[in-house]
Amino acid sequence: MFGYILRRLIATAPVMLIVAVFVFLMLRLTPGDPAAIIAGDNANAEQIAAIRNRLGLDEPIVTQFFIWLGNLLRGDFGESFFFKKTVAELVASRLEPTLALSVATITIAVCVAVPLGVLAAYKQGTVIDKIVMGFSVLGFSVPVFVIGYSLIYLFAIKLNWVPVQGYQRIGDGFGGFLQRLILPSVTLSIIYIALIARMTRTSVLDVMGEDYIRTARAKGQVEIKVLFKHALKNAAVPIVTVIGLGIALLIGGVVVTESVFSIPGLGRLTVDAVLARDYPTIQAVILLFSFVYVLINLLVDVAYTLFDPRIRY
Amino acid sequence: MSFHWKIAAAAAALAASVGAAGAQGTLKAVMHSDVKIVDPIWTTAYITRNHGYMIYDTLFAMDEKGEIKPQMVDKYDESADKLTYTFTLRDGLVWHDGPPVTAEDCIASIKRWSARDALGQKLMSFVDSMTANDAKTFTVKLKSPTGLLIFGLGKPSSNVPFMMPKRVADTDPNTQISEFIGSGPFVFKRDEWKPGDKAVYVKFDKYKPRSEPASGMSGGKVVKLDRVEWLAIADQQQALNALLAGEIDYYEQPPIDLLPLLKGDSNVKLVNYNPLGLQYTFRPNHLQKPFDNPKVRQALFYAFNQKDFLDATIGNPEYYKVCKAMFVCGNPLASEKGMEGLLESNFAKSRELLKEANYDGTPIVLLHSTDLASLTNLAPVAKSLMEKGGFKVDMQSSDWQTVVARRVKKDPANAGGWHGMLTAWVSADILNPVMTGFVNASCDKASFGWPCDETMEKLRDDFARATDPAKQKEIAEAVQMREREIVTHIHLGQYVQPIGARKNVNGILSAPAPVFWNISK
Repeated sequence: MFGYILRRLIATAPVMLIVAVFVFLMLRLTPGDPAAIIAGDNANAEQIAAIRNRLGLDEPIVTQFFIWLGNLLRGDFGESFFFKKTVAELVASRLEPTLALSVATITIAVCVAVPLGVLAAYKQGTVIDKIVMGFSVLGFSVPVFVIGYSLIYLFAIKLNWVPVQGYQRIGDGFGGFLQRLILPSVTLSIIYIALIARMTRTSVLDVMGEDYIRTARAKGQVEIKVLFKHALKNAAVPIVTVIGLGIALLIGGVVVTESVFSIPGLGRLTVDAVLARDYPTIQAVILLFSFVYVLINLLVDVAYTLFDPRIRY
Repeated sequence: MSFHWKIAAAAAALAASVGAAGAQGTLKAVMHSDVKIVDPIWTTAYITRNHGYMIYDTLFAMDEKGEIKPQMVDKYDESADKLTYTFTLRDGLVWHDGPPVTAEDCIASIKRWSARDALGQKLMSFVDSMTANDAKTFTVKLKSPTGLLIFGLGKPSSNVPFMMPKRVADTDPNTQISEFIGSGPFVFKRDEWKPGDKAVYVKFDKYKPRSEPASGMSGGKVVKLDRVEWLAIADQQQALNALLAGEIDYYEQPPIDLLPLLKGDSNVKLVNYNPLGLQYTFRPNHLQKPFDNPKVRQALFYAFNQKDFLDATIGNPEYYKVCKAMFVCGNPLASEKGMEGLLESNFAKSRELLKEANYDGTPIVLLHSTDLASLTNLAPVAKSLMEKGGFKVDMQSSDWQTVVARRVKKDPANAGGWHGMLTAWVSADILNPVMTGFVNASCDKASFGWPCDETMEKLRDDFARATDPAKQKEIAEAVQMREREIVTHIHLGQYVQPIGARKNVNGILSAPAPVFWNISK
């Protein structure tokens, strides 16, 4: 197992290199000029050229790439074109909100979706099953921002239970942290609840007809134990896959949610950086997201062995 | 919601309210943009200019009547030949880190500003020398008289000649400063600055305001708040919701179409802090056919009318003004001379001019920005009016930053270049022929669009030399008359952008830029 993990980690390097080349080229091919943005409306060609020179954008693309790659290998992500801060500083300052939002979202989603899916499977064909599946379709179909605005209107504006927007760091008080996190997390979790509940239902239904379920029931196991200990554990591999996929998909979700709820996380940083053509920041954030994606896939593969001892690497 | 959830929500609300109770003197504001760059000389971005007004001070400043008044300067003497100016700084001016403001600091600051700013560059062409006489006085000697010296030092908008300590002002003008020490009424809390989240300013206790009442950017900058937080809320609807819910006190640019929501709330008020507002503008690219022909550009003046643009973008006449004065209605230099018959959508005249110019139907590549609400509807209106006026138009849509990148390209329009684009100027940036970037007709040295006209440059130079207001107005009118001929750009009407504020926020000043002194809550 250790050897497998090591091999997978080593295999991450070429993947990251391909991502790096791709991101770098895509950004250079995308219309937009950070120097022109910085220079402003009054600037003449000379001033724009001076800024371009200072940012190193007048070098050939290949040279720019190798300079960036060399710095990257030394752990230097560069300095933001706009903020007078290093990219590492910027990313570090945005990590906590995104992590908090992601962990809260996945926690809510798993805690709600798995029991719902099991319940829907157990009550297959009944009203409960139809309600769960109806909710699931709705959760898939409604965009995150619509859910967000609707929840804000109800809970923040009409009922005044939670703030409209913003984020409070956990170090500044747990009450405020929770109060500001709950609405965005619930908003973002709805799509994952729908996704995981549906997959849980299908997977559990697949194993409910198996011999070991019949055996468990014949041995007199209570139904809840049959469902959660025997059925769910055997149905876990596809569910874990979906949860892993969900975590990876969260990257897209947090961009919208952070914008709607004004959370200063990595999603907002990405949007701001793209709009401003802040190349060093965009490159670093996309590399980070890619690395997280690869890492989650690895964790999911490792998790398979926990739920299904037949799987060996 | 279950009983337990209600308890949890109530407990969290209580915790939050306890946390906020100690911040009575804090004003929470949402500005038009996040503070990304904090060097107001390095960039012309308005948010950075506004940041500059928080922490820096200026030698002179414009009052609400548009007159330039001493600010950091206590008094100044002008020689009879108008070639020597001696400035004396006020007593008690100190930097945020303690040392007094000196004449050397001011000279270094003027030098850095003038290296970046178009008006500053023009001004420096008149300056023979700048010398510090002692810690508090300095002398500027001119090669020839100019009205630009005092006006330039009191220039209200980007780039504003903010004063910085010499060690900071000595930074290469093409490199961002890394120390943010000013002598202005607020101190920038660099440790609390989180780009994308908030920028924090606290009252500078050692700031000595002038004794005169505050007026525009001039007068006594009396700070009545302990702390000002600029929160970055990118979503306009959310910023509006936050204002309505009382989570913020001040919203600099609520979208015009959402203003009825604010008007309908008794806890919120709208304040028109900048009566001169902004001006919409069309910029033709003089390098590209057919706009290299003045007659074709003149046809635009006949095809357009301001009302259509303003109706499509602002909608409510309460917030816009049809104004044919190129140098902005409400400004002493405003005049409609030379504008007779123009901007009235005389399509027949437009077609006639195109025929005279032998316009061959080359499609006009019109850049259309789609992500800035205040600009989005301009290009479709321009397209429609131009087509009625005989042009063939190829409107190409993209985000604003792509437009910004594309407009500086001199390539042919069908190879990544462009023919025309639309934008908006803050009126404080276009008050006279030297400040107005689009009137600059110095060919390659002009901003994108690159108009090239010796007569216009001569007129701008004459304006720079004029010291008498009547003479200045006469030249400004001549510039407008010349504009009718060469069409560097076309002004498409003025509009104002009110601030949304909670009812308990008082003392918002009428000024070309939003300022936070004099405000209490």
